[in-house]
Amino acid sequence: MTASTLPAAPAADEAREENPWARAWRRLRRRKGAMVGLAVVILFVVLALGAPLIAPYDPIATSWSAVRKPPSWAHWLGTDEVGRDVLSRIIWGARASLSAGLVSVGIALAFGVPLGLLAGYAGGWIDALLSRMVDAMLAVPFLILAIALAAFLGPSLSNAMIAIGITATPVFVRLTRGQTLAAKVEDYVEAARAVGNPHWRIALRHVLPNIVPPLLVQASLAIAGAIIAEAALSFLGLGQQPPAPSWGSMLNSAQRFIEQAPWMAFWPGVAIFLAVLSFNLLGDGLRDALDPRHK
Amino acid sequence: MQYFYWIQGVLSGNLGESMRLKSSVLSLVQEKLPVTLQLASMAIVVALGIGIPAGIISAVKKDTALDYGANIFALWGISTPNFWLGILLIFLFSVTLGWLPASGYVSLAENWRASLATTVMPAFVLGNAIAAILMRHTRSAMLQAMGADYVRTARAKGLYERRVVLKHALRNAMTPVITLGALEFGTLLSGAVLTEQIFTIPGFGKLIVDAVFNRDYAVVQGVVLVTSTIYIALNLLADIAYVLVNPRLRG
Repeated sequence: MTASTLPAAPAADEAREENPWARAWRRLRRRKGAMVGLAVVILFVVLALGAPLIAPYDPIATSWSAVRKPPSWAHWLGTDEVGRDVLSRIIWGARASLSAGLVSVGIALAFGVPLGLLAGYAGGWIDALLSRMVDAMLAVPFLILAIALAAFLGPSLSNAMIAIGITATPVFVRLTRGQTLAAKVEDYVEAARAVGNPHWRIALRHVLPNIVPPLLVQASLAIAGAIIAEAALSFLGLGQQPPAPSWGSMLNSAQRFIEQAPWMAFWPGVAIFLAVLSFNLLGDGLRDALDPRHK
Repeated sequence: MQYFYWIQGVLSGNLGESMRLKSSVLSLVQEKLPVTLQLASMAIVVALGIGIPAGIISAVKKDTALDYGANIFALWGISTPNFWLGILLIFLFSVTLGWLPASGYVSLAENWRASLATTVMPAFVLGNAIAAILMRHTRSAMLQAMGADYVRTARAKGLYERRVVLKHALRNAMTPVITLGALEFGTLLSGAVLTEQIFTIPGFGKLIVDAVFNRDYAVVQGVVLVTSTIYIALNLLADIAYVLVNPRLRG
C-alpha cells in the first residue's frame, strides 16, 4: 500500500492513469453501503479506544440497589443481574470484540499469506503438503475447530483469538496460493525473473503487492466472521472471562433472565449485529471497488 | 503409536470409549446424530425455501424495491449471530406469546407434533443464515444465466417469461448453488453447536460442547471424524448432482 509497491503494478498502459489505490477509494466512496459500514466501523473503534472516557459507569462495578433495572435516564440500556450498567459494558465490550476481530485475522494473515505464497510460488511437494493440510483443516467445520482449539488452550480472550486465528488461516493460505499461481505466469513476473531477481524478491516485491486487493477483501469479511466467532466462544464460556465485559458472555448471562430482563439480551446482540454488518458491508464494497471486472 | 491404534480401531468400527459417559463413542454418535440430522434437514428446507425463491425474484426484478429488500434480508441473515436470534425468538414465541416451548426435544417417533414444535425455532435460526448465503449466490448465478445466449434464444422462441426463467435460466444457475448447499453443511454443524446449546436440544452439537468442556477427548476425536467424513461425502454427492443437473458434463 506504500508508494514502493506501485512500480510493480501490472499493465503499463494504465500507468498514465491515476494511482490504483486512489481509483479504488474513489469507487468505494460512491458505494453507500460501504461508506455506512466504514462509518460504523470507525464509530466502534472510537468507542473501543475511548471506552474509559465515554462509558458512563464502571463496567464491572456491581450495585445491589440497581439489579435488573429496565432502561431509564440513569441507565439508558438498563442494568444486568448484579446491577452493572449495560451500556457501559457494551462500550467496553467493543474492545474485546474488535481486538478479537483484528488480532485473530492478523494471526491468520501472518501465517496464511507466507504459507500461501510459498505453496503457490514453490509448487511441487511443498505445495502438495501444504494444500493437503489446508484441505484437512477445512474439512472440519469452522466453529467446531475453533471450540476444540480454544478448549485445548484453556478459556481466555487471548486463547480464543489464537484459536480463531488458527482456524481462519487455511482460507488465507488457499486464497494466497490461488492468486500467486495466477500472478506467477504474468509478464511482469517473467520480466522480473529475466532481469535476475532472486526468488524471494520476486515473491515479495512483484507477486505479493499484486494480490493484496483480494486479500484485503477477504480480511475484512474474515474480521466479521471472527467477531461472531469470538462472541460465540465467549457465549460458550471459552472467550473473555467474567467479570470482564464481552458481548458474547453478556448474552450468555442474559439468556437466564430472558423473562425478567429482556433488555439484557437485546442490546449486546444489536452491538454484535452492527459490528459484523459493518465489516460485511465494507468487505462487499471493497470487493466491488477493487475488482477490475466490476464497473 | 496411539494414533495408529486409534486408526486401527476406526477402521474396524470402534471409535473408542467415552471416559465420562461410560459408553462407546459410536453409540453416542448413533444416539445424537439423528436429532441433529432432523434439525439440519428442517433447516435446509427453510434455507432452500427462502433462499432460492428470494434469489430468483431479486435477479428477475433487479434494481427494484424487491431486489433491495432481498439484499437487505441477505445482509441481515449473514450478520446476525444465530445464538442471539435464538434468544430473541424464545423471547417472542415462548415468553411473550407462549406458542412454542423454549427448550427441550421430543423425537419424531414419539410425538411428531411436539417434535416439530420443539425444532421449528432452532431450524429457522439455523436455516436463516444459510438462506441468506444461498440467496446471494442464486441471485448472481441467475443474473449471469439471464444474460446468456440460450436465454435470449428461449425468449426469441416466444416462450413465456415464467418458463424462460424457471426452466432455462434456473437450471443453469443451479450448479454453483448445489455445491454451495453441500459446503454449507459445515456452517450448519457449527450453527447447531450454538443453537442446540440455546434450545437445550440433546444433539450432535451439544455432544461436542459437553465433550470439549469435560475434556472427553475420545468423544471430541470421534465427533470431528464423523463430521469431516459426512462433509467430504456431501462434497462428493454435490459433484454427482452437478452431472445430473448439467448434461454437458455427462459423457
